[in-house]
Amino acid sequence: MGAMDTRGQTFVQRLSCVPESNGGLTAFRRAALEWVSEHGFPTTRDEAWKYTQVSPILDIPFTPAQQGMDLGLSPGWIDQHAGRLGGVRLVFINGFFAKGLSSFEDIPQGAKITNLASVEGSFSQSLKDQPNAFTALNTALARDGAFIQIPKNVVLETPIHLVFVSGTESEPTMSHPRSLVVAEAGSTATVVETHLGAATGTGRYLSNAVMDVALGEGAVVTHIYVQNEAETAFHLSHLGIRPGAGSRVTTHSVALGGRIARQEVKVMFNAPGAQAVLNGLYMPMNKQHIDNPTAIEHIAPQCESRTLYKGVIGGQGVGIFDGRVVVHPGAIGTDSSQANKNLLLSDTAQANTRPRLEILADDVKCAHGATVGQLDDQAIFYLRSRGVPVQVARDILTLAFADEMLNLIPMTALRSHVRERAMLRMRAEAQEVIG
Amino acid sequence: MIERSILYYYEVITSYGLGEVGQGVADAPMGTLQTDIREIANREYKYGFVTDLPADAVPRGLSEDVVRLISAKKNEPEWMLNWRLKAYRYWVQLKKSEAEPTWARVHYPPIDYQDIIYYSAPKPKKALKSLDEVDPEVLAMFNKLGISLAEQERLSGVAMDAIVDSVSVATTFKKKLADVGVIFCSFSEAVQNHPDLVQKYLGSVVPYTDNFFATLNSAVFTDGSFCFIPKGVRCPMELSTYFRINAADTGQFERTLIVAEEGAYVSYLEGCTAPVRDKNQLHAAVVEIVALEGAQVKYSTVQNWYPGDAEGRGGIYNFVTKRGKCAGARSKISWTQVETGSAITWKYPSVVLQGDDSVGEFYSVALTANRQQADTGTKMIHIGKNTKSTILSKGISAGFGQNTYRGRVRVGKSATGAQNHTQCDSLLLGSTCGAHTIPYIEVKNPTARVEHEASTSKIREDQLFYCRQRGIREEDAVSMIVNGFCREVFKQLPMEFAVEAQKLLSVSLEGCVG
Repeated sequence: MGAMDTRGQTFVQRLSCVPESNGGLTAFRRAALEWVSEHGFPTTRDEAWKYTQVSPILDIPFTPAQQGMDLGLSPGWIDQHAGRLGGVRLVFINGFFAKGLSSFEDIPQGAKITNLASVEGSFSQSLKDQPNAFTALNTALARDGAFIQIPKNVVLETPIHLVFVSGTESEPTMSHPRSLVVAEAGSTATVVETHLGAATGTGRYLSNAVMDVALGEGAVVTHIYVQNEAETAFHLSHLGIRPGAGSRVTTHSVALGGRIARQEVKVMFNAPGAQAVLNGLYMPMNKQHIDNPTAIEHIAPQCESRTLYKGVIGGQGVGIFDGRVVVHPGAIGTDSSQANKNLLLSDTAQANTRPRLEILADDVKCAHGATVGQLDDQAIFYLRSRGVPVQVARDILTLAFADEMLNLIPMTALRSHVRERAMLRMRAEAQEVIG
Repeated sequence: MIERSILYYYEVITSYGLGEVGQGVADAPMGTLQTDIREIANREYKYGFVTDLPADAVPRGLSEDVVRLISAKKNEPEWMLNWRLKAYRYWVQLKKSEAEPTWARVHYPPIDYQDIIYYSAPKPKKALKSLDEVDPEVLAMFNKLGISLAEQERLSGVAMDAIVDSVSVATTFKKKLADVGVIFCSFSEAVQNHPDLVQKYLGSVVPYTDNFFATLNSAVFTDGSFCFIPKGVRCPMELSTYFRINAADTGQFERTLIVAEEGAYVSYLEGCTAPVRDKNQLHAAVVEIVALEGAQVKYSTVQNWYPGDAEGRGGIYNFVTKRGKCAGARSKISWTQVETGSAITWKYPSVVLQGDDSVGEFYSVALTANRQQADTGTKMIHIGKNTKSTILSKGISAGFGQNTYRGRVRVGKSATGAQNHTQCDSLLLGSTCGAHTIPYIEVKNPTARVEHEASTSKIREDQLFYCRQRGIREEDAVSMIVNGFCREVFKQLPMEFAVEAQKLLSVSLEGCVG
């Protein structure tokens, strides 16, 4: 990232005002904004953004989203579009907490599940470093988000569902939800994060979300992320995970929506003996561009990471997997594997994959693999010879490819909801092929 | 050294750096078969001697005048000078816009391009008739390099001409080659004698605008080799070039152009060494290969530039652009490289698979020991239908070495049925080195099949234990296991090179293990 060009400056100026907040936080936000001015926005010359151009985003005159839009939402609509999982559900509209749409059932003793703005001083617990201009913008401009704190040794039976709905009725708007999850030693929790386009006003908006997850010693956290933004929208998200000693984190990322979407997962192994499993499925169709960067830093010894991402790419879609595993000096006993598989459904689909390994310690076991291919003609022939129409045969095989990832999602209700959404995306592709 | 081959020898020699004492040993000739690596007593870089020869050099620094001067010294036609000047002007622009590549995983202080001598050739300029007339110092240098007497005789024709005025003739072999129509000569000679061919193909694979270092090379390249295999000819012997940088503060910028016409075949070998110097030297070469319909070109390199000392002082910056174009259907280009030298290697021998059913191959062993850094790999650009590429890369890191595989496989929209298989393995010897694998896979055609596999590990304890249990010393066991690790690549090398490569690897690893 170099100094900011005029386009970047105009972009930042439109967002200008840092929200007034108490004491140290304002200074913190100002510093983040200054960081953006100093470093500018990433370009394709930055290795981490090689395949994603942000200029289409910077060209749109986004202004900060305002509080109080209802966008035609009701609890029933949310049940239908985000799934009904039972348990706690926090709903945010354009980055502002919508208490009326949220429900606080069965919060276990001692657990704190609420909106971030209501918890004093919580922002400063978040990231201090700025991985890129957009996370820094989030730090500077975030208004609200979820705050989850699971006390020591508490096991949450039901998932915590966070629903972020975005939309705009006229001007292009931008929102910056910021969430924080703290799972203390020995606790267990499941967090589901759903990003959705609103029922009405699914115009051009940008949702720029950041979530930080800190795991205490031996904690177990499952994070499921379903991104189903409007196809006219832009979505950038950053999930930062800091696993404690002996803790275990599993993430499932399902990316379906957005014109340009980028969902980054970053794991920092600072304590020994931790494990991270990163699963992902992305399905860019039509003219979608979906980028999935993962960064895993093995700093402490004896940690294990497993990454498996799959892409189903149709239409003129562009699917990107950009995995990076860094094994720092001294991180002995690291065991890391990384795999990416892509299925191209159309002549105009495009897959870019870059599984990177950077290893600076010797007593390690690291492997990675990547494949790009199409549906197996013989398998299609097999199905057709048994009377299955060609499009149905293609759908069956495509779904079978995607199902490897979908089947990993825990909770039947969520799994079937996500599968349904994924099939809707496939159908969008199928219609295009037939048409 | 290589009985079947013809050897060209290029060198930049000046009288700068007088009084430096070479550290080479003359008793272990490069090409002899020695099975016991223990015999190679000297752990230091073997080819690090300096030969003092009076030289003719242009002033230090780079300017349009220097480019004109180089061209004038080589008596080049106007089109060649114009091409150089276009490249120079473009390079000045690149320099201004700070286009020197920074994406590679290598670190070095900024290069002062005005502190380099861009042209340097030995002084005496008369043609020599027999070995007796050859400067004894040159002969002594050949001895140190381990080039056999018989070979020397042939060479001194070659080499002397090459050294003296960069126009080389190996009469005996030249006749044999001429009989089948093969042209193999220095680049300068080709510019004079085959201007039509040079004009047609120069820059057709690596244009002067290609990248910072290739542009610099296009402006100031001093010599190199030119090879043309006409239609349907199978080159009767392996062709070989030997590069050496002798002078201090000089950059070496050679340019190789290989053209294989329809159905032709050639196997081409390249070797490199340089003296021990405590300053870094820049080597920015360009190799272009054109393979027309049905042609096959096999290019093998054993790169053993001076790697710098154990503390990372000195050594060659090897910033090289190598690219082949499979222009015709069913053509094939194969790169094999063994990279053991250089302080920094920045090199991506690539293949543009333009013709239908064409094949690209890349086999590489890269070793980084001490403070060496290597960022190397390949690019396979699939354009034609049913094109195939294979990448096999073995990286070995020891000491404080940093070894990066960086490879791009791109399948364009038109490349129906393209296939690629990539395998990258890294071996770590010691806990202070690094091994990095950075593949870029870009696919725009659904019928393509692209696979990439990679693994990184250290030598397994049980393998070492097995060897030691049978009385093999640890260092020998490591050397043996490393050779086994590289076997698949060595298999691709011509026999003499394979032997040399194995030995180089053992020598480079000495002192790094145990």
